[in-house]
Amino acid sequence: MNFPFLSVLTVAPLVGAVVVALLPRTRPALAKQVALGWSVAVLALSVAMWIAYQAGGDRFQFRESYPWIPNWGVRFTFAADGIALVMLMLIAVLMPLVILASWHDAERGKRNVPVYFALLLALQSTMFGVFAAADVFLFYVFFEVMLVPMYFLIGSYGGGKRQYAAVKFFLYSLVGGLFMLAAVIGLWVLGGHTFDWQALVDANFSTGAERWLFLGFFAAFAIKAPFFPFHTWLPDAGGAAPAGAAAILVGVLDKVGTFGILRYCLPLFPEASRYFAPLALTLAVIGIIYAALLAVGQNDLKRLVSYTSIAHFGFIGVGIFAFTTQAGTGAVLYMVNHGLATGLLFLVVGMFVARRNSALVSDFGGAGKLLPLLAGVLLFAGLASLALPGTAPFVSEFLVLLGSFTVNKTVAVIATSGIILAAGYVLWMIQRTTQGTVNPALASNEGMRHDMSLREKVVVAPLIALIVLLGFYPKPVTDVINPAVKATMADVGASDPAPAAGTTEAAR
Amino acid sequence: MNDLKLPAIDYAALAPMLILFGVACLGVLVEAAVPRARRGLVQVPLGLLGLVAALVFVIAEAGTRKRTAGEAIAIDGPALFLQGAIIVLGVVALLLIAERSLEPGGPFVAQPARPVGSEADRSQAAGEGGATEAYPLVMFALAGMLLFVAANDLLTMFVALEVFSLPLYLLCALARRRRLLSQEAALKYFLLGAYASAFFLFGIALIYGYAGAITFSRIHQAVTAGTGSGVLLFAGLALLAIGLLFKAAAAPFHVWTPDVYQGAPTPITSLMAACTKTAAFGALLRVLYVGFPGATWDFRPIIGVIAILTMLVGAVLAVTQTDMKRLLAYSSIANAGYLLVGVLAMTPEGVSSTLFYLVAYGFTVIAAFAVVTLVRDADGEATHLSRWAGLGRRSPLFAGVFTFLLLAFAGIPLTSGFTSKFAVFGAAFGGGQVWLVVAGVVTSMLLAFPYLRVVVMMWLSEPGESTPSVSVPGAFTSAALVIGVLVTLLLGVLPGPLLDLTTRAGDFVR
Repeated sequence: MNFPFLSVLTVAPLVGAVVVALLPRTRPALAKQVALGWSVAVLALSVAMWIAYQAGGDRFQFRESYPWIPNWGVRFTFAADGIALVMLMLIAVLMPLVILASWHDAERGKRNVPVYFALLLALQSTMFGVFAAADVFLFYVFFEVMLVPMYFLIGSYGGGKRQYAAVKFFLYSLVGGLFMLAAVIGLWVLGGHTFDWQALVDANFSTGAERWLFLGFFAAFAIKAPFFPFHTWLPDAGGAAPAGAAAILVGVLDKVGTFGILRYCLPLFPEASRYFAPLALTLAVIGIIYAALLAVGQNDLKRLVSYTSIAHFGFIGVGIFAFTTQAGTGAVLYMVNHGLATGLLFLVVGMFVARRNSALVSDFGGAGKLLPLLAGVLLFAGLASLALPGTAPFVSEFLVLLGSFTVNKTVAVIATSGIILAAGYVLWMIQRTTQGTVNPALASNEGMRHDMSLREKVVVAPLIALIVLLGFYPKPVTDVINPAVKATMADVGASDPAPAAGTTEAAR
Repeated sequence: MNDLKLPAIDYAALAPMLILFGVACLGVLVEAAVPRARRGLVQVPLGLLGLVAALVFVIAEAGTRKRTAGEAIAIDGPALFLQGAIIVLGVVALLLIAERSLEPGGPFVAQPARPVGSEADRSQAAGEGGATEAYPLVMFALAGMLLFVAANDLLTMFVALEVFSLPLYLLCALARRRRLLSQEAALKYFLLGAYASAFFLFGIALIYGYAGAITFSRIHQAVTAGTGSGVLLFAGLALLAIGLLFKAAAAPFHVWTPDVYQGAPTPITSLMAACTKTAAFGALLRVLYVGFPGATWDFRPIIGVIAILTMLVGAVLAVTQTDMKRLLAYSSIANAGYLLVGVLAMTPEGVSSTLFYLVAYGFTVIAAFAVVTLVRDADGEATHLSRWAGLGRRSPLFAGVFTFLLLAFAGIPLTSGFTSKFAVFGAAFGGGQVWLVVAGVVTSMLLAFPYLRVVVMMWLSEPGESTPSVSVPGAFTSAALVIGVLVTLLLGVLPGPLLDLTTRAGDFVR
């Protein structure tokens, strides 16, 4: 089947964004419906792509290549391996739900409603592009352009310190991006004036050059992911962004960082990756513990969820730099599951915030008595987030720890303690918001009298279903991921240690 | 007695310059012969026609590689490309200069010599028709720039430098509003420019002492042979560089830039930012690539330090600015630094990437100043940054356009700002100048902040009492704005054709 899935997926949301932006400002309902319909159509196309993908086939599928800037050897080259495919699916699944969840978000504060949904669709387009690109220049272009819609989503439609958060987000990402630009230029000059990913993987660099180039890319991705100590923008951005945009930001957009490490740092600079792996592992482990501790102390729900994400990115980092197929598969699976679980958590928190007009934990208390259903969903999202067995994140976290334990026991042991802290911040947050005696301010709050509406149920139901499904039966996803991760690890030149008996069964 | 032999002159190759000088002289006659009220109607078409005719001749000469007029003038790829670029940018700037609908009488004052604050001055501020002398002055300046980038010996280059500088000094003093600021700018520019010219001239003398010649080919021979006194060579080259870097607005020779950019009438500022920069870098390229490539190892560290200093000064001081025109001035200084990075690659890619950058930046900066001319209140342009707060709510279209231009300055992909930065950094990396690339990248990060601050102001702040309205642009300004924005977008999305052109144009004749 030769349908150009990737380019169509990249362009379609952009067309949708233009259409929605051109709708009259006076008809917000129409804009929402068009945006929702469009994103559902994109989802349908993505599902078709998933079906067309051959799990056991070539490493890169759906390859397309068109000339762009011949003078620099830049081409519009799209191709997806298993890792990119699952990320593309994740975006496609999340976007309609986020649009539905943000139904009334833009109306507060007399902002332009069509533009909000147009920005979401534009963001989707750039994210598709960044995951589908197989040309380093093209990847860089999407990596940077992606900032612009997100910047306006946070800055124009956020709450609290939205201006500060938006600028901080933009500057941090731009700084990382410019380090990467220097590395991209170096890669281009030293790699023989080509941007083609495959050609660059085959190119040889001197050890010194390779290490510097690795650092350039790694800086960008470590800021994006974010890893400790480059994480400080995320709580601000996550806290200020509207809940839907925050779900996209943390659920998908940040995954560009870890995806970039897997797709670019490891295969392009294998020697440097091995050289810097201890550093990366250290940062990841510090991130797990440090962010979890900070999450325990947060009083702002959205900031709290942002910190939990930083801890989870630490797990993903451990999985990537352990250099075993098992841990790598776990890391990629974690990227998907974290997108679902944290996305759900952000959306549910957003529903609480919309009712209370406050994201402070101390403004809640006993909310479960007033909103039993919503509180139940929050509990589920929280438990998924702390990787309770039976939910999808458990599988991935277990794989990461198992895969890293075989090669680096110290890291695995320290990371495991992060699970305990995770239980701490999630359960304590749920206790303080939904349990105990009812906060008197809540009882008199008009919004707190309405439990979940049908729209909100439709938003959370697919996510809950996916989390449970992948918790019990992750095989469809791991089958796609596994070959890609194996190939990536082969690029790095890491060989798996002899597997201990029974570990592969645990993966199933 | 020996017969004097007249040098052979290729008039077709000189035609663009001759046409512009002719048009400028005609413009002076128009000033004398045509009644005041109708002068603008004659001058604008005359200027535009002259520029178009000059452009036609430039294009007709494409592919020429020769020296003419007794080796005084070189017509080669870079010269023709730069002449074409200056002409095209000049057309766009001339459109801004010709705008009359934004305020009664246009952006220029009627009688610049009247004392500021006098009765006569107040009456002319109220709407007396502006000085149409501006047009011939602009044509003289553009003609001088064409000569400047084609000059093949140092004396011709000096003459051209004066020819294009003197009209610019005058033009700076012609602002209709804030007359004192404008006059101060002109005086400052004139004095500092005169010093720079003196340095340049002194440099010529020293180089003559070194090489015994002023043509670049003879200088090159002398430098390659390495026979003369090193002191004369280095001191001479340093003084020449000071003269050129002054015009290019590189630190530490940049101090005039913010004041002059702020005080000059905004259309003239756009002319200086686009065309003067192009001319100055064109001449710098020729001096370094044709005259002194033999001394690359000697001048590269020093000019490299100047490049880094320029980027740093531009980026850091842009952060602290509160006036839009001054902010753009510091941004223009920083961009001079990026251009120097391209120049210092000292490879063919260095030439072509610098040429590309000059064109890309020129269009973007003209469009940015075009927006500045539109944001105004009863007292003229509202350039203080605080006045731009909430502009996105008042006038989403122009705020959107300006945001796009700022993103281009910040080097976000899909704008010409990104492709041009990529070109110069790539060339410098290829030329082994990794330190300059790293410095360029780091300063780009700093420089993103002031741009972003303006974006925040426009979109994320609520409009205040003092937020001015955006005037509806006349046909001329609209045209300039549309051209500038389209080129910025086009060179960001499809830079291929222009890259081809610059690659083919990158070969100097010696």
